[in-house]
Amino acid sequence: MTEQTINAPETGGPSWAAQLRQRIFGHLGLTIGGGILTLIVLCALLAGVIAPHDPYVQELTNRFASPVWMDGGGWDHILGTDHLGRDYLSRLLYGARISLLIGIVAALISGMIGTIMGVSAGYFGGKVDAVVMFLITVRLSMPVVLVALAVVALFGGSLFVVVTVLGLLLWDRFAVVMRSCTMQIRDLDYITSAKALGCSTPRILLTEIMPNVLNSLIVVVTLEMAHAIVLEAALSFLGLGVQPPLPSWGLMISEGKDMLLFEPWLITIPGVALFTLIFAINMLGDGIRDVTAPENRN
Amino acid sequence: MENLLSVKNLRVEIPLAAGQLLPVRGISFDLKKGETLCVVGESGCGKSLTSLAIMGLLPKIAQRKADRLEFAGKDLTGLSERQMSAIRGNDMAMIFQEPMTSLNPAYTIGNQLMEGLIRHKGVSRSTARDRAILLLEKVGITAAASRLPQYPHQLSGGLRQRVMIAMSLMCTPDLIIADEPTTALDVTIQAQILRMIKELQAELGMAMIFITHDLGVVARIADKIAVMYAGTFVETGTAEQIFNAPMHPYTKGLLSCIPVPGKTDRGSRLGSIPGIVPSLIGGIDGCGFRSRCPYAQDACATEPTLTDRESGHTCRCIHEASKLKALTWEVA
Amino acid sequence: MLHFFLKRLALAALVALTVSLISFSLLFLAGDPAIALAGEGATDADIHAIRTQYGFDRPVMEQYLFWLKNALAGDFGTSYYFKTPVINLIAEKMPTTMILGLSAISFAILLSIPLGVLAAVKPNSLFDRIALFISVIGQAIPSFWFGLILIVTFAVKLRWVPVSGSDSWQHFILPTIVLGYYATPAIMRLTRAGMLEVLRADYIRTARAKGIRPGKVLFKHALRNAVIPVVGLAAVQLGFMLGGSVIIESIFALNGAGFLAFESISRNDFPVVQALILIFSLIYVLLTLLADLLNAWLDPRIRVA
Repeated sequence: MTEQTINAPETGGPSWAAQLRQRIFGHLGLTIGGGILTLIVLCALLAGVIAPHDPYVQELTNRFASPVWMDGGGWDHILGTDHLGRDYLSRLLYGARISLLIGIVAALISGMIGTIMGVSAGYFGGKVDAVVMFLITVRLSMPVVLVALAVVALFGGSLFVVVTVLGLLLWDRFAVVMRSCTMQIRDLDYITSAKALGCSTPRILLTEIMPNVLNSLIVVVTLEMAHAIVLEAALSFLGLGVQPPLPSWGLMISEGKDMLLFEPWLITIPGVALFTLIFAINMLGDGIRDVTAPENRN
Repeated sequence: MENLLSVKNLRVEIPLAAGQLLPVRGISFDLKKGETLCVVGESGCGKSLTSLAIMGLLPKIAQRKADRLEFAGKDLTGLSERQMSAIRGNDMAMIFQEPMTSLNPAYTIGNQLMEGLIRHKGVSRSTARDRAILLLEKVGITAAASRLPQYPHQLSGGLRQRVMIAMSLMCTPDLIIADEPTTALDVTIQAQILRMIKELQAELGMAMIFITHDLGVVARIADKIAVMYAGTFVETGTAEQIFNAPMHPYTKGLLSCIPVPGKTDRGSRLGSIPGIVPSLIGGIDGCGFRSRCPYAQDACATEPTLTDRESGHTCRCIHEASKLKALTWEVA
Repeated sequence: MLHFFLKRLALAALVALTVSLISFSLLFLAGDPAIALAGEGATDADIHAIRTQYGFDRPVMEQYLFWLKNALAGDFGTSYYFKTPVINLIAEKMPTTMILGLSAISFAILLSIPLGVLAAVKPNSLFDRIALFISVIGQAIPSFWFGLILIVTFAVKLRWVPVSGSDSWQHFILPTIVLGYYATPAIMRLTRAGMLEVLRADYIRTARAKGIRPGKVLFKHALRNAVIPVVGLAAVQLGFMLGGSVIIESIFALNGAGFLAFESISRNDFPVVQALILIFSLIYVLLTLLADLLNAWLDPRIRVA
């Protein structure tokens, strides 16, 4: 089939920006993921306004009130109340803040570490690359959950500790991806010409390399945000993450676990929330990857 | 003698965003036992797809259509992939043009040689092994037995193509389709392989369809020649007819591009036919060659048909046979 | 080949050494080990005695080398909680985790490779889209939550399997599924991508031209080549799974090394935690080494140079 050349159709049509817009909104996953995520972010930001109750106020006489669609449920507590009689919907809305905060901050920290390591490894190569590769291997060999649990146990569970630990642990994928992206463009003509023009190394890294690895970086950011959010939930679920009375979704599942047999909705609701958030972020990440690099779709 | 292969109005259609790509637009020919048909044409004229269409090996997006496609009295058009697989390799075999990538890197030469024979003839491994060694020797590989446990990456391109040829002969097929089997090889090896293919074909009494863009190769092996252009045959005939009395302007152009020892001046530039092949998407108005043809007339805007001009020598052109023969076209 | 192997082995050793340093330093972050070891109600004299006995008063580097020397000999110290050698505890629990890990990766492979192959045979078909969609969904389900849901459904409501514990093979069914499903999408996608590429290869056309049966073309000629990168991924995933056993074993109260790790962390039993981190890392390093060897063995271009 090598001799069969199929000519691409003429590309004299809509402008580049219009094509990009078309690709963004034409991409179902991107639209769905972006849409859901926007909604969750809005919920988190506006939690103070839209939450029907204070998420910390206990109403011990009204524990385990059923959600509105179940027998005995009422509109006062749409998603029911937990084991301390706190409004489940309000806790869920405030919980979104925790998940998003964890995701964003952890991805920021790990993104900084991983990008610096990956870009230097890819750009300088040689010894720098060898050291970075070694560090990546060491990091990958360490069991994340176990190390995170141990460190959180050592320093005590708090939002700050959890986010720092996750940030310091999840840089591996950033480093791997940034390294290979940088390697791909390192020897391209425009980098060489920038060098020939006498641009300083930091300047080349910032103005020539970074903009060109940004697409991949954004994709990894979404992946690692999701990763950090799930890990926080798992740590909190095991009791070694965010501590009560904070309304972390993982913690809510953990607290509902004891009533698993009688009130399964206690774990279903925060679980579905967690799933929806992760799903939306993943869809967004996949979508961004497809839209920015359609040739890598498979 | 009875026809081994009978093809009538074979077409290949590939739906693309830009429209229906029609790389093969109605090919008809018959092939008798032991005969060699050479299909000649430029890259992209549809000759490889024609061979793949006959074998039922077209890529998935391509559709094969034919009024008749009969092989050894059997209609191939209605066969399922499973039924086709019983015929392929057994009764008709194919040699491809990319020896470097046509062998599976994960299996030994022996394994790949033997599996077809075991599948089709149900012979034992040791019988298959003996036949593999025999055929490797036939295609000129020394120490054949020691080659069997080797992997493709351990062999040179020439050796791999010999293995490919031996592989196609394992079941002694009635028809061999060779798609530019020597294009990827060194010139010295090309000649050896060609001679070998020809000898083996005669020895085993197989019919052959030989696809090439190289008229020099055609002269050595062809009984019949079909010149293909833009998805159709523009001229068919015996080797003698085509070489001694070419009719179609395209054939004449092709022939004048071959350097002839003693006739072509040393150091003079080899010719090539000016112009480009028309787009194969959708229909072609009139003769596909008219934009490049020095004898094109207004009448060429209606598509000419392939007509018999004298004793089986056919040509797709509006001009009369006598006029065509008289035309001379030396491509500069 | 031998050179490559030795280089990888040296790297593995260096990685293990670095991890040992990290996991040793965890003990120091944990506070005075002598106090922890002495337990509640110990007098200052007791603590002092323990400190000298275990060498906690020596310089850090000396302690590390001492610990490393012992660790190399398989002596990871004494559990603060059980007061028994750490290595005995781990040796007792590790088989359960290994069984869980191996059955989970087998489950993942048996599910994802056929799905990946089928998806690649008809790319963009309904089946392909459904498989892809399920894998996207699967990747978004937190495993600890998925585990709870499975317990509610299959252990509590339907009573098909026991709720928790590790006494029979039935106890491993749900943990295997939960641990295995997480690796399934990645392996499936890689298989699909590999198959799509391989199915376009010339040698697949050769096999078809030989008249090899369609199923055999797919599984003998295509999968064999597409599966090579999958092996590496599966090894890495198995390593991650063993690490992830901490969560899964805790949910199902499966009495393995992961559960031991979780309980030891809760009890501040750091010699055990330290040893487990090191051992899980070692297993991961060995698995990647094994994957490299398997790759070389599967790919004649590497094996037969």
